[in-house]
Formats: sequence, structure tokens, C-alpha cells
Amino acid sequence: MAPKTMFEKIWDAHVVREEEGKPSLLYVDLHLVHEVTSPQAFDGLRLNNRRIRRLDKTVAVADHNVPTNDRDKPLTDEVSKAQLEAMQRNADEFGLEYHDMFSEKQGIVHVIGPEQGRTQPGMIIVCGDSHTATHGAVGAMAFGIGTSEVEHVLATQCIWQAKPKTMEVRVDGTLGFGVTPKDVILAIIGKIGTSGGIGHAIEYTGSVFREMSMEGRMTVCNMSIEAGARTGMVAPDETTFAYLKGREYAPSDADWDAAVERWTALRTDPDATFDTVVTLDAADIQPQVTWGTNPAQVLPVGGRVPKPDEFESSQEQGAVEKALAYMGLNGGERIQDIAVDTVFIGSCTNSRIEDLRAAAAVAKGKQKADTVRALVVPGSWAVKQQAEEEGLDQVFTDAGFEWRDAGCSMCLAMNPDRLAPGERSASTSNRNFEGRQGPGGRTHLVSPPMAAAAAIAGHFVDVRELN
Amino acid sequence: MDAFTNHTGKVVPYDMPNVDTDQIIPARFLKKIDRVGFGELLFYELRYEEDGSPKPGFILNQPQYAGGTILVSGPQFGIGSSREHAPWAIQQYGFRVVIAPSFGDIFRNNCYQNGLLPVMLDAAEVDTIIARAQEVQGYELTVDLETQQVTDSLGLAASFDIDPFRKENLVQGLDDIGLTLQNEGAIDAFESTHS
Repeated sequence: MAPKTMFEKIWDAHVVREEEGKPSLLYVDLHLVHEVTSPQAFDGLRLNNRRIRRLDKTVAVADHNVPTNDRDKPLTDEVSKAQLEAMQRNADEFGLEYHDMFSEKQGIVHVIGPEQGRTQPGMIIVCGDSHTATHGAVGAMAFGIGTSEVEHVLATQCIWQAKPKTMEVRVDGTLGFGVTPKDVILAIIGKIGTSGGIGHAIEYTGSVFREMSMEGRMTVCNMSIEAGARTGMVAPDETTFAYLKGREYAPSDADWDAAVERWTALRTDPDATFDTVVTLDAADIQPQVTWGTNPAQVLPVGGRVPKPDEFESSQEQGAVEKALAYMGLNGGERIQDIAVDTVFIGSCTNSRIEDLRAAAAVAKGKQKADTVRALVVPGSWAVKQQAEEEGLDQVFTDAGFEWRDAGCSMCLAMNPDRLAPGERSASTSNRNFEGRQGPGGRTHLVSPPMAAAAAIAGHFVDVRELN
Repeated sequence: MDAFTNHTGKVVPYDMPNVDTDQIIPARFLKKIDRVGFGELLFYELRYEEDGSPKPGFILNQPQYAGGTILVSGPQFGIGSSREHAPWAIQQYGFRVVIAPSFGDIFRNNCYQNGLLPVMLDAAEVDTIIARAQEVQGYELTVDLETQQVTDSLGLAASFDIDPFRKENLVQGLDDIGLTLQNEGAIDAFESTHS
């Protein structure tokens, strides 16, 4: 048999129907649903008198709109409230498992999937959310879909997909002190650009990912879409198996050994080749800070904001000028001289227990700057509970940070957590697009320790130089 | 879904790379639970002042581009989120076609689902179209899906590629779900063996 990449093995195992030159009909093992991209899909089902084909492979959760404080009080945003009520009605009508904001299984959809062991190696996983590639961290093919496709998967448990090309992103070597998985993925996006991965499925390989924790791999896979890629994945290994073992929905007892054997066989064959290969040296990666309005506009923390004339084409120069004007920055300014107003630690990229521990380690025994508002939003109820057991909430509140309930929060500002016009954030989320965290808000993407360090200093600092 | 065979219309040249879905429609407008009313929200932050009045400089507010039905923009158009509200907003504004050198993957899939045609042309061809639309009052293009050609009255003739499956569905205005359910036997068979 011809050698195959992990992506090809997963793809081939899910083809329901294929025809030369056309997209393939693929079977979906897990469909994650949330309140924002699903209401029109349920309307479509109703209109055509259709049902959900596999309720056992579908789960819904409230995450994008939910407030992260005062949940015992009525929702102040009537439109958010209507959307959450629609989710509840749809779940009731179609018999769908749904976790509202009072459920102990509630959290950001991309945090709860792996955490509850629903996300498993070899699966095809979809969700009406572009950060679905997060689940690829366990060795699954996971990708975001639109609302029409959500309706399609609900009705058929299948999805039409044109086969993407394969891309290997290899990072070998050892990461330096203070360099996190977030810095690795930002450096990758900085290198290949927002379109570098378009039309590709990425597999992250090399010693850096082999040695990375599961949660770190999730951070990396999560941002695959920011490089334009359809999906991103890491081969399952002992780290993966140790992470999944004992989780509620993971295989157990006799099924476990068979599952591990099956999962181990998913790894890319030694002689398989990728359509595109990108390599980075771990030693070159430093803590990263974005300066512009897309995630590829990123620099090491020691850098200076670029000037438009450092770019070649007039289109690029125009785009840089526009980004600098929006961000209120001058070309040539030192990154570390940029003051921040708000620090957001959270989102499907960086809200897991390891992220909170890393931020808490920086904040411990210190005080946030008076000029800064700092929010810590755990990714799920379970993360919140564990953090509280470890006393992290106390570390944060002692340092003057706010400790909140789980949700997407200020990553996209659909709930009350948002930036005011002109306000500047250091954020552990995934997008620094114009207006992403609120109209006129200015976002700099960083790792959790870098965010915590900025909260304390009141401006960006090199986390490696603290103490 | 609306069928698409060919379309002739006025071009709106938005000469900007990396037009992301947060620019196309900000997240706070994704709370609606129906599919209508997104056209007036298209490019909201760029298009309106804080008091809701139109920003004079923005392309959609320039009188010469009123009634445009073909949006032409820079590379990586539609990068970012999976929100189908982005193509809904573009379509409900009145656009039938979006032309760019490259698109975000999910955005492009979402366009197909709604009968909005995403057309990928070479960067040089896009530059030509943008320049002509900026210079020639009422500049129009004809986009023919069946021959996969984009033409104008000044001699432009640019070909584009499209997946034959997507093309067929667009031309016939087919509902994907109905099509898939014709394969229900194959789905049943797959489920009986797939662990």
C-alpha cells in the first residue's frame, strides 16, 4: 500500500461517496453546535420537516453570548437573550443534548470537546466555528463550517469536502525559556502569512510538538485557520493517550486498548510525502506580539513596529499604513513602549488550566498596573473549578485581576466584555482584526504569560526578563 | 438557493487585501436568529459614523458605485470566521459576484451555499478591473458561469476555475441536503461498518 499521511488516512476512512474531480461526501463523527451559527440551520430543518440524523454524535453548548459575571441576574442584552432562548427551544424541539450557562459541562465549545473526551483521534469533527481545528491536537480532522453546512450535517451526518492539499509544518529543536505554544503558532503565521495555508490541511511535526503538552497542541492547532488552513493536526502519541484516558466520553476498559492500537496506526507513514513543507527552528522563536490588524502582522517582543516603506508593493504599504492608523501606532516605535489598557486572558486559544497556571505564575505576588483592567475568563466550568482548587483564582484576584465565568467573552465581544473605541488590549485570543474586541478596539495578540506581564507593567514587556 | 448562470452588473472596486469577516460583518450583529436584514449591516464600521450616518469616503457610500452588483477586492478576501452572515450581508446588499485573487476557504464554501459566486482571478487581472472601475464611470463586467469567463466592453477576457460540482449546483440552484439525501443508502451502509 502506498504510504499515507495521517490526514489521508483519516480522510479515506470517512468517504461515503467519491467521484473523480468532485468533492467527496464525508462522514462526521462529532458535530459541535453553539448558539450563534445554528438558529438559521434549525429553521431550515423545520421548514423541510427534517430531523437530526444522529443525536448521539451531536452536542450543543452556549458559549459566544454568555455573560461571564452576574449569571444569577437577568441578561441585560435582549438580543443575546433571544439567541440563547432560541438555542434552548431548538434543543428541546429536536431532542439535542445542550449545555446552557448553568450546566457544569458548559464552556467554550473547543475547550469542552477534548476536556470531556468527546474529541478523539481519527475522528472527523465539525462545528460552525472557524477555530474547530483545535480538536486536531488529538490527531483528528476538525474544521469549521458555515450555517448551511451545519444544517446539512444535522440532517445527513455528512459533509461535502474538496480534498485539501497536505502541508507539513515542522519545528525542531527546543523552545527557549518563556516561549510558549502561542508564540510558536504566531511565529508560524508570521512566516507563512494569512494565506500560507489556504487549501491545505496542516500536520505539525518535529520535536517541539512531540514534546508539547496536549493543551499546547490545542493552542497551536486552534490558530491554523489564521494561516488560512482548513485544518491542523498533531499525531497521537503517549501524551495524547495519557490525556484522554479516563475522560468521561473516552473509550474505557476493554475498548481502551483497541482504541489506542487504532489511534497509533493513524500516524503519518515514514515514506509519505506532503505537498508543501515549512520548517522553523525552535531556537529562533521568541515571545511574540502582534502589532497590526491580522495575526501575520507579528513581531518578537524585542522588535519595533514596522514603517510602511519597509514593504515592497504599494498595496502592502497601503495595508500597513491603514493598520498603523487603526492601531494608533507609529512606524519605528518599540513594541515594549506600547501601553495597554486592558488585558484579556481567555478564549478557545488560551483558556485551559495550563494557560491559567502560566499566567498566574507571572502574576503571583504582584499587582496589576493602576491603568490596566485585567480579565481572566476560564474556558469551561471544569477549568474554573480546577483553577479554584489550585488557588489560581486567589492569585489573580490578589493581583487585581477579575476572575470570571466560562465563555468566549472578549475574544469577539458578543457578550458585555468588550473594548471601548480606541482602547488597547493585550489579549491571549486569536484575532486582532479591526473591531474584533469591540468597535474601534485595538488588539495585540500574545501568550498568557506575556499578557499577565503586560497587566503588571502596564505595557508590553519581555516575560523572559521578569525577575 | 438562487440559481446562477450569468450576470452583468456594475463593479464596486474595494482595493484592500485581507478583508476579514469581522470587517464584512462585526460579531455583535450575529445575534439575529433569522437570515434577513444583514445587507444594511455590511462593512458596518467602515461604512457608518458612530451616529449611524454614512462615512463619505467609504466605497459603498460613493454615489458612482451605487447599485453595484459585483464586488472586486484584494487577496485573502473573507479570511477569518465561519460566519455565514458574511455572504448573507454581501448578497443582501445586492452583490451577486465577489472577485478576488484569493479567498478564505470557509467564506468561499459559504458563498456557494447561497448562490453568491466567488470568482478567483489572477492578481494582475484583478488590478486591471479595479483600475478600470476607478476610471470608467458605470464600469460593468459580465460574469458567465457556464463558460467560466469574466469580460468587459474594453477587451478584458479572463477565465476562472470552479469545481464542477459547485458549478452544477449553482447553475441548477440545487439544495445540497436534498442531493445528499439521495445517497441515504450509502450513508446507512457506511454507518453500519464505521466504528
